[in-house]
Amino acid sequence: MLSHLRTMWLVFIHLFKKKATIEYPEEKVELHPRYRGRIVLTKDPDGGERCVGCYLCAVACPVDCIALQATEDENGRRYPDFFRINFSRCIFCGYCEDACPTYAIQLIPDFEMAEYNRQNLVFEKEDLLIDSEGKYPGYNFYRVAGLEAGVKKKGEGVNEEPPVDVHSLLP
Amino acid sequence: MTTEQILIVAGVLFVLLNIAAGLIWVERRMLALWQDRLGPNRAGPLGILIVLADTLKLFFKEDWIPPFADKWVFILAPAIVVASVLMSFVIIPFAPGIVVADLNIGILFFLAMSSMGVYSIVLGGWASNNKYALLGAMRGASQMIAYEVFMGLSLMGVVMLTGSFNLGDIVAAQKNWWFVVTQPVGFVIFFIAGIAETHRLPFDIPEAESELIAGYHAEYSGMKFGMFFIGEYLGITLISAMIVTLFFGGWLGPAFLPPLAWFAIKLFFFIGLFILLRASLPRPRYDQLIAYGWKIILPIVLANLLITGAVALWLRDH
Amino acid sequence: MSTIFIDNKQYTVKEGKNLLEACLTLGIDLPYFCWHPALGSVGACRQCAVKVFKDENDTRGRLVMSCMENIRDGLHLSVADKTAKAFRSQVIEWLMTNHPHDCPVCDEGGSCHLQDMTVMTGHDYRRYHFKKRTYKNQYLGPFIHHEMNRCIQCYRCVRYYHDYAGGKDLNVFAAHNHVYFGREKDGILESPFSGNLAEVCPTGVFTDKTLREHYTRKWDLTTAPSVCTHCSVGCNTIAGERYGQLRCITNRYNSQVNGYFLCDRGRFGYEFVNSANRITQPLIRSRSIEAVDEAVLMDHLRILMSTHTLIGIGSPRASVESNTALMQLVGKENFYQGINDTLGFIEKRIVEVMRSGAVQTASLQDVQQADAILVLGEDIWNTAPVMALAVRQGVMKTAAQHVLENRALPSWHDAAVRELVQQEKGFLANCTISSSPLDEISTCSVHLAPDNLARLGFAIANRLNTPVPAVLLDRDVQDQAAVIAAALQQAKRPVIISGAGCYNEALIRAAFDIAAALNTHEREVKLAYVMPESNSMGLAIMNAAGFENAVLRATRENNIAAIVLENDLYRHVPAPIADVFFNSCQHCIVFDTLNNATTQKADVLIPAATFAEGDGTLVNYEGRAQRFYQVYVPANKYIQESWKWLLKLQAVKTGNTNEQVYHPEDVLTMCQQLMPQFAGIAASAPHHDFRINGQSMPREPHRYSGRTAMLANLAVSEPKPKQDGDSPFSFTMEGYTGKPPSPLIPFFWSPGWNSIQSVNKYQQEVGGALRNENAGAALFAYKRNGAPVYFKDIPEPFIVRNEKWLLLPQWHVFGSEELSAYAKGVSELSPQPYIAMSASDADQLGVVDGSLLSIKVFEQTYELPVKTNGTIPNGVVLMPAGLTGMPVMNWNSWIQVVSIKL
Repeated sequence: MLSHLRTMWLVFIHLFKKKATIEYPEEKVELHPRYRGRIVLTKDPDGGERCVGCYLCAVACPVDCIALQATEDENGRRYPDFFRINFSRCIFCGYCEDACPTYAIQLIPDFEMAEYNRQNLVFEKEDLLIDSEGKYPGYNFYRVAGLEAGVKKKGEGVNEEPPVDVHSLLP
Repeated sequence: MTTEQILIVAGVLFVLLNIAAGLIWVERRMLALWQDRLGPNRAGPLGILIVLADTLKLFFKEDWIPPFADKWVFILAPAIVVASVLMSFVIIPFAPGIVVADLNIGILFFLAMSSMGVYSIVLGGWASNNKYALLGAMRGASQMIAYEVFMGLSLMGVVMLTGSFNLGDIVAAQKNWWFVVTQPVGFVIFFIAGIAETHRLPFDIPEAESELIAGYHAEYSGMKFGMFFIGEYLGITLISAMIVTLFFGGWLGPAFLPPLAWFAIKLFFFIGLFILLRASLPRPRYDQLIAYGWKIILPIVLANLLITGAVALWLRDH
Repeated sequence: MSTIFIDNKQYTVKEGKNLLEACLTLGIDLPYFCWHPALGSVGACRQCAVKVFKDENDTRGRLVMSCMENIRDGLHLSVADKTAKAFRSQVIEWLMTNHPHDCPVCDEGGSCHLQDMTVMTGHDYRRYHFKKRTYKNQYLGPFIHHEMNRCIQCYRCVRYYHDYAGGKDLNVFAAHNHVYFGREKDGILESPFSGNLAEVCPTGVFTDKTLREHYTRKWDLTTAPSVCTHCSVGCNTIAGERYGQLRCITNRYNSQVNGYFLCDRGRFGYEFVNSANRITQPLIRSRSIEAVDEAVLMDHLRILMSTHTLIGIGSPRASVESNTALMQLVGKENFYQGINDTLGFIEKRIVEVMRSGAVQTASLQDVQQADAILVLGEDIWNTAPVMALAVRQGVMKTAAQHVLENRALPSWHDAAVRELVQQEKGFLANCTISSSPLDEISTCSVHLAPDNLARLGFAIANRLNTPVPAVLLDRDVQDQAAVIAAALQQAKRPVIISGAGCYNEALIRAAFDIAAALNTHEREVKLAYVMPESNSMGLAIMNAAGFENAVLRATRENNIAAIVLENDLYRHVPAPIADVFFNSCQHCIVFDTLNNATTQKADVLIPAATFAEGDGTLVNYEGRAQRFYQVYVPANKYIQESWKWLLKLQAVKTGNTNEQVYHPEDVLTMCQQLMPQFAGIAASAPHHDFRINGQSMPREPHRYSGRTAMLANLAVSEPKPKQDGDSPFSFTMEGYTGKPPSPLIPFFWSPGWNSIQSVNKYQQEVGGALRNENAGAALFAYKRNGAPVYFKDIPEPFIVRNEKWLLLPQWHVFGSEELSAYAKGVSELSPQPYIAMSASDADQLGVVDGSLLSIKVFEQTYELPVKTNGTIPNGVVLMPAGLTGMPVMNWNSWIQVVSIKL
């Protein structure tokens, strides 16, 4: 019985404690860097688009809200021709970021994307692409990939031997 | 019926309904503050217009009657709870002369009316034709029947000391000592029984959302749900008013404030206590509640009655 | 049958197979790379290791490669053995030491055998920290992309391209861990079967370059079973769509028709569907606004049809449904074949011969099983490439069977069998006008003018104890005839192949005489006639009047409105005749997919659906009716199957307002009623409301992505999925998740098997028939005991004329077929117009390779460069047939050739 009264008293004095509520629009919330908010497409350290159009984000998406089409430039570098996220369907689960092999797609701590018109929640590549490396600086997929796409020559990538001379019989 | 009486009836009804509605806001704000939050503070000054928003919302919600329900009983059930609680207010003396019906069997009338409330729960649960609703109704019925007994018995001490069932007389009898001093056990038990009667937390076993979804009103929506909702707040106000009247001297108080103000201050203190209880105490198990009632409260309340009777006899003789 | 024990469980398996095949047939997942059901085993990749025990008491066992181990009765083996598992994952880890970090940009990803096998063996973390080997890539032409870094040295590409398909320009170079698979230097792959490298290669070394232009992962394709429309073989394909565009064609395994492989024309010719030259809007010409909507069009046609006599011109590339609907609309007597009458006559003969039932028709499977093959006249390498590939298999398998007789060597032991076979070949006689790559594997190749080829055929028939009279031939040809006749007589399963490609009817008769003569009780002879187009056989079976009758009618009657169905008449009949026809018709209503010379003449032009946008049935060269299914609903609502348009016209014409819905099988039933010779065609595919457990078959795999975003740029609310009332398929990924029955397989996939190798899981036994295989309906029934009626009129020998040459068509895999020529790669490989003649004829004219010659055909003069070819008989000139923009020539007629002196 006394413990009940003590509980009631302890609850009561919370009346005078500092409130945890952040009065949002007037007061902004401090979010962690890995907060799963708005999805962006980042660029590699050389300023090129990181997205290589591998479709893994699209297939990982549980609500199928990512659609893209891969294409190639004259050097054979893959990039998305269009990249569309329907944020009115997005559930911000971050699977796309997990699936991305090139750190291109990232969720950032920004959630202020409410719209009156649902159509405005359809983001195209121009809306998604940011001029930054995001959370993972320094990574350029085409430097570590085997193929040549205008970033490095065959055999000049990280962890690569020079190309084999097919005519050589030396061991 | 005089104009004055009509004014009183209208005034009491108006004030009560507003209090009940206002409690929507009060309860949310209080709960929030006790949980280190702010609660509704956007609509209107301090968020008071949440009441209006909520009411409008309830009015505009789809008023749905499940096809499997017993339609007429389903509609009737929420009306009973509001009607029976409002009827109880008839006998409350808010201030000298401000009472709707100054009955000489006031307490009995109150007990009779408040026990009508169980019909609402049983009928609502039964008419919903839903197993959770029915379980809630069954729990509600047994809980209310049990606590009705202690409630009545706990009041008998006050009645003995006053020698009257008339609430005006009871208030007047507290001129020197509030009955909470002479009847502390009676007060505590009446308070507990009152919580159980209004099935508020921690005794909200009939609706227990974590077990029964929403118990007897699981199938209700729109304004029919709103009636249960309002009924609950009216219940809180009624029990608080009864506590004030019976144990805390009603309108009595130092003369620098009018009697009605004293009544209101005391009333809101107890309403606040109800909300604090909700904020702080967990819900007991159903069997614990019933066992607690019959095995602990009943003996205590009977003992209280015995001792009060003896003391009253002794006092009369000396 | 033998009993073997796998992980102590008893199984009964077929003898003559290896352990890998047995395990896969039993549904046990065992990784492999170098083994392929069509290529056999070489034991190169060391991936399929299992443990074999001496007996049930042996606990140590020994590791063996399951693909190199024969089934023995009572054999104990373990797939799950710890050592075997560790060995397999180790092998993968070794293979992966040099495999690049490419999967995101690799086209194989998602349908990659290496990915599947890596997951299967459990290798998931790279422990090797040293550098990766790299290679330079090669340009291999417009079809195949090369990315050599990804190679795991399984040798499958060379074994397929070189050993199986007979290509000479792809091989293995260098030594030890530097081996390189490619060409000697950059260049276009010569084999017309190079596209199969993309499916054979278990990694992304060889990938589909046309898919790369609009790359889509396998899981994102909306696919449906289809049938190739680029020749008369009717290979089964899977067509895949994404974003309203046809994206790729892959092989749909079928043990009866094409097996594991397609030709490049079939695989890469699909791009005409996405062509900018498509007809997209109904047009009524000579109006201020020509493009009209359906209501205006139907009003116009109602008036037109009620005031004119309708005649219909059928098409050899439109489905049976469309031709039937046209016949139904115009009436049987007003329906004409939209082809050259000469060709019509030849095709009629072919149908007559096949319908007689005296000889069985040869499926490609039969050709592969044949132990002696005679190709009489038809240049199958160019007119039916996959048949040529089957012929090659027939020849190679026969040679293998010869060496394996009395040897305890299993036939799957590819390397050993090849070693034994060396240069030996089975019997193939390639008797054509000019040389083809088949000559390399043929025992005797004879190149003569068509009439002489026919005479050779009759001479062979004469030697087979038939009433066919003796034929006087040149001595060396006579000898060849004797050799061929003897070889055919010794064979147990001979196949005779001819066709309409030479425009010579005598060849058809000669081929039949030979086949009929060989058809005895101890010998199963099969006969195949290659037809010019995908549904030529279907049109020919309709037995309609020839086109010239239509022209006559149009000139005589003055109230004719012609409906031309998916047919560029300028490709089939000489331009002057076509002009006469169009000028004498009052109105001309044309249905087609692409703009061409005929659509220019149309008063009313109506867009038709391609094979990918509609349902239909095609009858292949052997009279096999096969259904192709709609892959996607085009965004343009005017693009509909011709038969749907025609049935609407029918309703408009009869004033029938209750909109009856016709499904393909309803039209086929109509076809059977109109023409009893099509009996059974309605049963060629499952009914449109066929369901399994009440569920339709999904066209999209369960991983299909982007459903809520792909159309969100147009409207954020997703539209209702398209409904398909014509087939058991749905346009979504919802539906029956098991393996559908064989004619309804929209894609091959099995858990853990994402690549095309998952076809193993659909087969009764690995490399055999699909479960419940239904390869369409056969329209030609074999009547076992019918006495054949031999043809006895033998054509006169071909005599070289002075100053005149016999003009004959030279077909080309790339360029000779109308629709595929709109594909970029195909048009790149299609030849420029030329005129080919024998070297001695060229000498006589005083011209050399590259000199210009002038010829006159139908009052039109052409100047063409000369190509000399030693195998072309004298007195004959060849010109490439069917090139885009080239009008039809007066094939099989004598022309004058004039040298242009520069």
